Amino acid sequence: MTEAFIELDGVEKVFEVRRRSGRRLRRERCTVRAVDGISFAVPRGEMVGYIGPNGAGKSTTIKMLTGILTPSGGRLRVAGIDPSRERTRLARRIGVVFGQRTTLWWDLPLRDSYALVRRIYGIPEARYRANLERCVELLDLGALLGVPVRQLSLGQRMRGDIAAALLHDPEVLYLDEPTIGLDVVSKARVRRFLREVNSEQGTTVVLTTHDLTDIEQLCRRVMVIDHGRLVYDGGLDGLHAVGESERTLVVDLERELPPIAGVPGARTVRVDGPRQWLAFPAAASAAPIVSAVADRYPLVDLSLREPAIEDVIARMLESGEGRRSAVP
Amino acid sequence: MRLYGAVAASSFRRYATYRVATAAGVFTNTVFGFILAYTFIALWSIRPHLGGYDQAQALTFVWTSQAMLAAAALLGGGFQQELQERIRTGDIAIDLYRPADLQLWWLASDLGRAAFQLLGRGLVPLAVGALCFDLALPSSPLVWLAFLASVLLGLLVGFAVRYLVALTSFWLLDGAGVDMVSGLLCLFFSGSLLPLTVFPGAFGDVARMLPWSAMLQVPVDVLLGVNSGAGLAGSFAFQGCWALVLLAAGRLLQGLATRKVVVQGG
Ligand SMILES: Nc1ncnc2c1ncn2[C@@H]1O[C@H](COP(=O)(O)OP(=O)(O)OP(=O)(O)O)[C@@H](O)[C@H]1O
Ligand SMILES: [Mg+2]
Repeated sequence: MTEAFIELDGVEKVFEVRRRSGRRLRRERCTVRAVDGISFAVPRGEMVGYIGPNGAGKSTTIKMLTGILTPSGGRLRVAGIDPSRERTRLARRIGVVFGQRTTLWWDLPLRDSYALVRRIYGIPEARYRANLERCVELLDLGALLGVPVRQLSLGQRMRGDIAAALLHDPEVLYLDEPTIGLDVVSKARVRRFLREVNSEQGTTVVLTTHDLTDIEQLCRRVMVIDHGRLVYDGGLDGLHAVGESERTLVVDLERELPPIAGVPGARTVRVDGPRQWLAFPAAASAAPIVSAVADRYPLVDLSLREPAIEDVIARMLESGEGRRSAVP
Repeated sequence: MRLYGAVAASSFRRYATYRVATAAGVFTNTVFGFILAYTFIALWSIRPHLGGYDQAQALTFVWTSQAMLAAAALLGGGFQQELQERIRTGDIAIDLYRPADLQLWWLASDLGRAAFQLLGRGLVPLAVGALCFDLALPSSPLVWLAFLASVLLGLLVGFAVRYLVALTSFWLLDGAGVDMVSGLLCLFFSGSLLPLTVFPGAFGDVARMLPWSAMLQVPVDVLLGVNSGAGLAGSFAFQGCWALVLLAAGRLLQGLATRKVVVQGG
């Protein structure tokens, strides 16, 4: 059995906020349940995706994992340590990237920022050199080392930040939207780098993102959180089953025909001239559907479309809304 | 400890890159030095020995305070706004998950800044003042050394006060009111407007006991040799006590803030 490295048991975070109510100047106290009883465990060396809509509670969870926010309830352990109680002790063992913030020093060249990071974590010289060299190479930072951070573009700064979070060989890396604002090439580079860090160093990675391609390319396991609750925790493929997603068969016929009917397990969702779209459950095989169509229709060409993960998750969250509102 | 040395050094370097701001600051300090010098000459010719200073000592007060103004952040411009802004925007999160002590970190950074500004913003105004006016600067290097020690203690007190003020941002998200009050208190009770020695009676006694006087009034008095010997030890003790008490209070408040309070932003 693999031992859990990160362990959450019924973790909650309730914010107390004061809001203006109505037109009166009186301010009302109310509470926001940002994280509402979340339990999960992540074994050492795993790379998990942590996704959900805006305001779901992802960043709040990450902050509790780093120890800068104290949970309002439940039990939380990282490497056996209660983060908010022993924040400084844990800090040496974790790396954090908050996409919207920078850990680098605005007026200092990248290189000087790294030198400070080295001092903060007391990284031995040889290890520091090796790690920096690897980061510079894989993240293509060579030309940027002498540039003050304020002169870096968003994507350049982000790559600089990711390197800064890894110089001290953290056991776990929390990434809160690390690919926000990156171009396609930089995204690919960052993903390749993260995959390598995870597989070579065995770094445990918790990744929050709105770019589901990140998840598809990096994580075998994904957790979906909505309104502070975990609504899914499992493999990426399992998402399709839970989300009741459908694949689409696109067929080109010889000529315009009425919508294809009588193919078991499939229904025609769209017709455009000689082209027709048939939807069927993602888990089902396409072969019998293809042969049923080919038997009875003059088939010229066909293609198969996989469901977009965005749609799958959107559907799952919608059905969750439905369930929630059904319960009084 | 080497970490905090590196923090101070990088802060020194950071302020050294603001060349235009430094030049503008030197210019302003020098101009204000002249304005205040002529004001003080007018005052001291009506009331010689006001506050126990002769005219040369009063002018030394003017030019030394202009030289220390930026370093001691008597008109603002230290780390306070930066720390408040980090708390307000939630960037403080980044400082908090590092294995470093928040208070020592900011202290080191502020001392680095002060060291640069003492040199970059202090030397020229003091030299101009000494060239254009008859100042009562000491000739003994020992007095200068005592002055520097007193400046350092004053910087510690100044930091400690501002750290307390900045931490209130954890609770009061709008720090403008607190800033204004603390800025005014500092401006007046440090002696930046008028030497605290000119205020008579109980008010003057109280003003000279408050921590702000450790930031400017006491170091200048050390330079002027007004309180040498046992008085010098007394000055150091006064500054040292305030530094200790206020830094300890800062630690206490920091513990409260980081345990109870919310880090802002997503
Ligand atoms: N400091 C705070 N005070 C009050 N409420 C807060 C605070 N921080 C977050 N919240 C609330 O908690 C909820 C979760 O916020 P969180 O930042 O964790 O969302 P998120 O999942 O990271 O969203 P996003 O994808 O937009 O980054 C939101 O409803 C937010 O309004
Ligand atoms: Mg977020």
